[in-house]
Amino acid sequence: MGKIEWAMWANEQALASGLILLTGGIVGVAGQFRGWQFAAYAVAAGVFVCLLEYPRSKRAKGTSVERTGQYCFTVCVKAFGPLTRNYYVRAFLHAAICVPGGFMLATVLGCVCLGIASLIYLAAAIRGEHWEPILPRKEIRKPVGESIKNPPQNPPPRPPPEMRRKQAGDLEKSAYDNPMSVTDDE
Amino acid sequence: MANCIVNYGFSSFILFVWMAINIFLFVWFYFFYDLGPQFFYTRHILGSALAWARAPAAVLNFNCMLILLPVCRNLLSLLRGSFVRCSRTMRKQLDKNLTFHKLVAYMIGLMTAVHTIAHLFNLERYNNSRQGVYDELSTALSDLADTENTTYLNPIRITNLIPTYFGFTSIAGLTGVVITLALILIITSSMEVIRRSYFEVFWYTHHLFIIFFAGLVFHGAGRIVRSQQRTNPPHNTTFCKDRPDDWGEIPECPIPQFAGGFPQTWMWVIGPMVIYICERLVRFVRYMQSVRYKKIVMRPSKVLELQLIKNGFKMEVGQYVFVNCPAISQLEWHPFTMTSAPEEDFFSIHIRSAGDWTDKLIDIMKKVPEGAEGPKLGVDGPFGTASEDVFDYEVSMLIGAGIGVTPFASILKSIWYKFKDSDPKLRTRKIYFYWLCRETHAFEWFADLLQVLEKEMEERGMGDFLTYKLYLTGWDQSHATHVMVHFDKDTDVVTGLKQKTHYGRPIWDKEFEQVRKENPTSIVGTFLCGPEALGKVLEKKCAKYSDVDPRKTRFYFNKENF
Repeated sequence: MGKIEWAMWANEQALASGLILLTGGIVGVAGQFRGWQFAAYAVAAGVFVCLLEYPRSKRAKGTSVERTGQYCFTVCVKAFGPLTRNYYVRAFLHAAICVPGGFMLATVLGCVCLGIASLIYLAAAIRGEHWEPILPRKEIRKPVGESIKNPPQNPPPRPPPEMRRKQAGDLEKSAYDNPMSVTDDE
Repeated sequence: MANCIVNYGFSSFILFVWMAINIFLFVWFYFFYDLGPQFFYTRHILGSALAWARAPAAVLNFNCMLILLPVCRNLLSLLRGSFVRCSRTMRKQLDKNLTFHKLVAYMIGLMTAVHTIAHLFNLERYNNSRQGVYDELSTALSDLADTENTTYLNPIRITNLIPTYFGFTSIAGLTGVVITLALILIITSSMEVIRRSYFEVFWYTHHLFIIFFAGLVFHGAGRIVRSQQRTNPPHNTTFCKDRPDDWGEIPECPIPQFAGGFPQTWMWVIGPMVIYICERLVRFVRYMQSVRYKKIVMRPSKVLELQLIKNGFKMEVGQYVFVNCPAISQLEWHPFTMTSAPEEDFFSIHIRSAGDWTDKLIDIMKKVPEGAEGPKLGVDGPFGTASEDVFDYEVSMLIGAGIGVTPFASILKSIWYKFKDSDPKLRTRKIYFYWLCRETHAFEWFADLLQVLEKEMEERGMGDFLTYKLYLTGWDQSHATHVMVHFDKDTDVVTGLKQKTHYGRPIWDKEFEQVRKENPTSIVGTFLCGPEALGKVLEKKCAKYSDVDPRKTRFYFNKENF
């Protein structure tokens, strides 16, 4: 599995964990379960994780596929610079976020999933991967060749006008043959 | 609209039946648990969350049964074979096996979510009830213990428990958490991005399904969903529910007895599990059969051709095999379409460098000395795909993009052999072949084949049996200049063939119009081996140019994709 970028799978797993944490938290709060404060925390944590993980990173090799509408999230995440770029930070962040989720049954699944995502991010960080924003490419105009800036000053040499005019009397000489066929069904 | 029915009718019907069964199961079991008198006391504690947990459980049973079946490729191959005499539409459904597998998986994911959320409520309510938070009746019900003449209703027997503790110490709770975790890992690693880029991660993680099914079978063993049993004299719930203190003391209200529901999941999934085990055994047996090398050829553009011989191996045109190379990886099987014709005494595959496994294979093959045997290979198959049907259509349009031309190499070679033997079984009157490719030097191994065919057809005066058009989609200025300079040569400068290479992508509207014009009353089969996007375009064109009138031209779209 030499070519795999673990961060891609970690990202999918973390996003899923964020959603599960969020759902568990909503259930805990809505049902007024015992320990609902942990559920309230899980709602906030779930939203945070989803926002952080939504923008996909640019792949080191190959084409990157964006998630729909991720551009604004990319800009926000990019603004944190090295904190979001580095996967060690993310791994430890996710590990820390997931711990309070373990105190309540509704959020324990989100906690475990996020823990797994944290481990995969750790593997990615050890392999030297980092988060790159996917930004729209600027169109680079190809530099125009030099000769186009200096058009010729004089017209090409031609025989005098009397010879150029078609001789109506002499049909043979005034006919014009195309060197290449100009019809397209050849 | 009418064209949709012609092309998509049968798939929609299958989906409709599947969805109808799902809805039926959900509604039936919802009302069974929500209205059934034996659950009256259970519902008193749990409310409607009981029914909301049990209804998705039934749907889950059904879908877990279904999910293993579409991936039993040997079974599907067998079914396909037995449908030979049936209509074309039946066989096409078996091509959509992976789509169906994914759909069932989504349903399993959704139902797992509903089931888990409902059970979270159930656990919370059972726990609260046990601690006396709710009304008198609930407390009385929860106090019922498991002794000689009482049976419990509330599976939480201790009063100072937290739900998490119960979740992890009960069979249902522990298996539930484990299998849901396995399911989540399977789903995240099966996302399109991961699957297309790192097949190995997807494949290995997917084997967590073994844990999933093992846990699923034991999930109900704890029998924690309890229903009221008949007692003698009977316990009248309507009368007795307001008098929990008098239970056992007055004749109308003996102490109610409860028992857990018999676990049923294993009954649903045992059949498919056995079938799947047989499927893996068949694959293993095929793997053990020896495969000998006839020839190893390195083609340009990092394409490897392997010509192999296996005893008792019979193939049809356009079929594919799964190849395993233990020297690279014990567990991985990768699919490749065969490029040889059934009439030859060997089978060949062309493998392009497209990832870890293929790169390693090409490296190993490069090092094999001339004439020696390569590394041990396992071959499973052949498996049928849509290309088998190409000779059933009077007129066929074959479209191959890049390396996707491989099944058609097999077909064209087979035509050549059938012509040489003047095979009367050939129903096809006309074939249109379109090859789209980005770069010129990938043409070579296929260009040789086309040159030979071209010559053969001219010799026999069968010039218009096969019409082929080559499209070079990655052209640039230098190509254009080159072509302009050699404009009036008889053969194409790129391929050396009589038919000239076109540049850019084909204009499908024009092509379909031309085919329709030249074949006003035929059924035209369209076969694609190439990218999804192109498949969608062609599917739309097929629907657009098909006539509902069965006497006029109709286009059927067949897609092959890995």
